[in-house]
Amino acid sequence: MLTKRIIPCLDVKDGRVVKGVQFVNLIDAGDPVELARFYDEQGADELVFLDISASHEGRETMTEVVERVASELAIPFTVGGGINTLDDMKRVLRAGADKVSVNTAALLRPELITEGSQFFGAQCIVVAIDAKYDEELGSWRVYTHGGRKSTEWEVTDWAREAVLRGAGEILLTSMDKDGEKSGFNLKLTRAVSEAVPVPVIASGGAGNADHFYDAFSEGLADAGLAASIFHYKETSIAEVKAALAERGVAIR
Amino acid sequence: MIGIIDYGMGNLHSVKSALSRIGEEFVLSSDKTELEKCDGLLLPGVGAFKDAMDQLNSSGLAEFVKDEAAKGKPLLGICLGMQLLFEESEEHGNFQGLGLLPGRVTRFTGKTAGGVTYKVPHMGWNHLAFHQREHDLLDGLQEGFVYFVHSYVVNTAEQDVIAASAQYGDVEVPAVVGRGNVMGTQFHPEKSSQLGMGMLKNFCTFVKERSYA
Repeated sequence: MLTKRIIPCLDVKDGRVVKGVQFVNLIDAGDPVELARFYDEQGADELVFLDISASHEGRETMTEVVERVASELAIPFTVGGGINTLDDMKRVLRAGADKVSVNTAALLRPELITEGSQFFGAQCIVVAIDAKYDEELGSWRVYTHGGRKSTEWEVTDWAREAVLRGAGEILLTSMDKDGEKSGFNLKLTRAVSEAVPVPVIASGGAGNADHFYDAFSEGLADAGLAASIFHYKETSIAEVKAALAERGVAIR
Repeated sequence: MIGIIDYGMGNLHSVKSALSRIGEEFVLSSDKTELEKCDGLLLPGVGAFKDAMDQLNSSGLAEFVKDEAAKGKPLLGICLGMQLLFEESEEHGNFQGLGLLPGRVTRFTGKTAGGVTYKVPHMGWNHLAFHQREHDLLDGLQEGFVYFVHSYVVNTAEQDVIAASAQYGDVEVPAVVGRGNVMGTQFHPEKSSQLGMGMLKNFCTFVKERSYA
């Protein structure tokens, strides 16, 4: 039986891990390779690195970070942020990433998902979706550019489209919940999990072990992702896993 | 010396770093003369079956690998590399594999016989059940979790080929396979923490024992 995955997320800017609340107020939180090693030892099932560097120099630094992480870790990791072309995917995967995550570029040009999936296989292509509740729509709308621009897409429609095009996994972030530590957006997570036949990673809002339990049971998520609660050692991966095991969740 | 076969498919970095971490010497090459000097061969692979076989066939590496395996050289296929060891795959059509092990590669249906749906790809940490504890790759190791990422699965009628398996949906997924010097893992040992690294070490030990024999 497949276990539920606990995934620490490291937002990396110019070679350092940062984490904000609702996408703003970035706070320096440490060296990515040091944190990666720490999480590996703690029992993280996987890691996600989001490169939020704006400059070319920042991207180059990120490639070095990916190489360093890959040479030290025996667990899988995904790299996202600034992946706009097939060549960007190649660069990151050659540096040692196991999967790439695409977001804005896939919404601007959905063929990117198809191309990546055909070239590297669906298992390599994660489509990250930033979603925010829209009163008018009565559902969640998909945003691009790190949550700054809205699109016409309703979240489950886009998730289905992404999977049809070859996405192997959906990394779903609730913008309403991100950084709030009040729990994952269970309705959103469940809606997307029920809409697509590929694994869904719930993201945004994790504050404690119970939140992960809810994401798996009510939200039907396959994995839960968190950043600040792990970076600031408010809880540990080991604690979260122990609590989940106690409640009968299959974990590693 | 382990030769990692570079045939233009997939992620070689993780296999390279894994061998470095366990202090094993290796070369990464597409050159047959260079690979022939190695005591053991490792066939990695991420991507589509057909593309991989096209690359292996056009470069002559397919024949080379078959010849070396027939001579008794240890060969380890990982993930797609494992699937390539079998006779054929239905991924994007019907395509012939290396035919070193009996069986056929088919897609997960995504639905159990009872009508319950499950997700494809099979992605994540799954429990490995050992069927042949004495298998060279499993020697001295305990059952545990390993990391899988795949949408296609090996079907074989010959149980002796399956050394360990994992349960997914209603499918018993062959996870450690092999016959003699030809072996493979469906999961990524290089991404499977201690247990995976243990299997890579076992393969390297097997290679050394063979080369001294």
